[in-house]
Amino acid sequence: MSVARGRVTAIMGPSGTGKTTLLRLITRQIAAGGGSITVAGEDLGSLTRSELYELRKRMGMLFQNGALLTDLTVFENVAFPLREHTRLPERLIRLLVLTKLQAVGLRGAIDLMPAELSGGMSRRVALARAIVMDPEILIYDEPFVGLDPISLGVILRLIRRLNDALGLTSIVVSHDVQEISTVADQVFLLSGGQVVARGTPQQLQADPSEIVHQFMGGLADGPVPFHYPAPDYFGELLDRDGAE
Amino acid sequence: MNALERRWTSLTETLVRVGAIARFLLRLVVNVPRSLSRFDLIVAQIYNAGALSLVIVMLSGLFVGMVLGLQLFQLLRRFGSEEALGTAAAIGLVKELGPVVTALLFAGRAGTALASEIGLMRATDQLSAMEMMAVDPIQRVVVPRFLGGVIAMPLLAAAFSLIGIFGAQLIGVQIMGVDSGSFWSQMRSSVDLVDVNEGIVKSLAFGIACSLIAVYEGYNAVPTAEGVGEATTRTVVTSAVLTLFLDYLITAVFL
Repeated sequence: MSVARGRVTAIMGPSGTGKTTLLRLITRQIAAGGGSITVAGEDLGSLTRSELYELRKRMGMLFQNGALLTDLTVFENVAFPLREHTRLPERLIRLLVLTKLQAVGLRGAIDLMPAELSGGMSRRVALARAIVMDPEILIYDEPFVGLDPISLGVILRLIRRLNDALGLTSIVVSHDVQEISTVADQVFLLSGGQVVARGTPQQLQADPSEIVHQFMGGLADGPVPFHYPAPDYFGELLDRDGAE
Repeated sequence: MNALERRWTSLTETLVRVGAIARFLLRLVVNVPRSLSRFDLIVAQIYNAGALSLVIVMLSGLFVGMVLGLQLFQLLRRFGSEEALGTAAAIGLVKELGPVVTALLFAGRAGTALASEIGLMRATDQLSAMEMMAVDPIQRVVVPRFLGGVIAMPLLAAAFSLIGIFGAQLIGVQIMGVDSGSFWSQMRSSVDLVDVNEGIVKSLAFGIACSLIAVYEGYNAVPTAEGVGEATTRTVVTSAVLTLFLDYLITAVFL
């Protein structure tokens, strides 16, 4: 797999196929058992802990639930990476945080605590925090899960807008086919731990293979079966009756 | 699996856990110098673990001291040596009850709070988010909480003993009529620095043990509601047993 610089790349696939695992590998939250992963020219496997942390300063990640620090306000959450990695004066930190919160439309929520935010707002604050260090790569783990259509639309537009405005490289893991197809430049479709298709969203829509057709069309049955493997249904029913 | 095999498995599991906790302690100690540069974080945790436990510790200390006053008065009266009440209560509190009961209260109040807080941070990806922001959660979250507990425990134990002695005095002198002069003078002449040192060593050891168990269990909690609950329970049980075990060891060393 190769992710193009400056583009929005979507990684899609049925649940349990290894999308989140792939993200964890790309960020080396887990170590690869084999093969190699190169991020921004750096071979992840050969990095020391401090080198990995240096690389991570050039990456931002949006977690599924936002993962905001619950004991800090919105302002302190967004300022967190700045306070940890820089010695910027307080005035400049405030300025940077305000700029990023304005970009996600939540400048007015600056003094709220994470518990006071809705799911969509939490994710937008987390997005502001992810871009506060001006990363080169932004990674989204299932950014649309549990969002109402308005919040979903907001996040969707932000992914595209931030990518273009800040010159980022975005990787989005999602299984919301219709939504992600509107913003992705390139899509990888995973199934059973393998890349089964790649291309633009339009190319995938036109792909004749069964698994791509099932996934893009949201069909209940196909190569990914509706039923979890089980013994013969009627046979089991009759067995039960007989036993009782 | 027969009984012998089960015991063997349980023994090896315990040893593995002890080894993991020891390695975790080593990891904390290695990170202590860097965490000391952020002393504000440690002060906040001394407040969380110490100041917020102060009321429960002082209240318990008062009642323990009062009970001690009653029991010792009854016992000493049989030998006609009620004036020794001050000495007996002070030695009992400073050497034993102060550190031990404070540690048990600490495990129940601050230890569970630490374990569940860190466990929930794990369950809600806050620790992973820190990792992704190139911030080491051990350094930023775990070590300040550990040090906060270690520093707070001797202070809490001292407060417990102080209030306990006041409680014993309240019963012995104010209610039972023991002579105030004898109560205080006997205490001052009989309680040595070595007794106080024993109490300090114990409370430091319990502080390290209880804080270590709490942060270890929280950090390694299974990231589910059930996992965090189990980690909290294990924190209390392990801390209590370890406190009593260490109490025996340190007492034996000091004798």
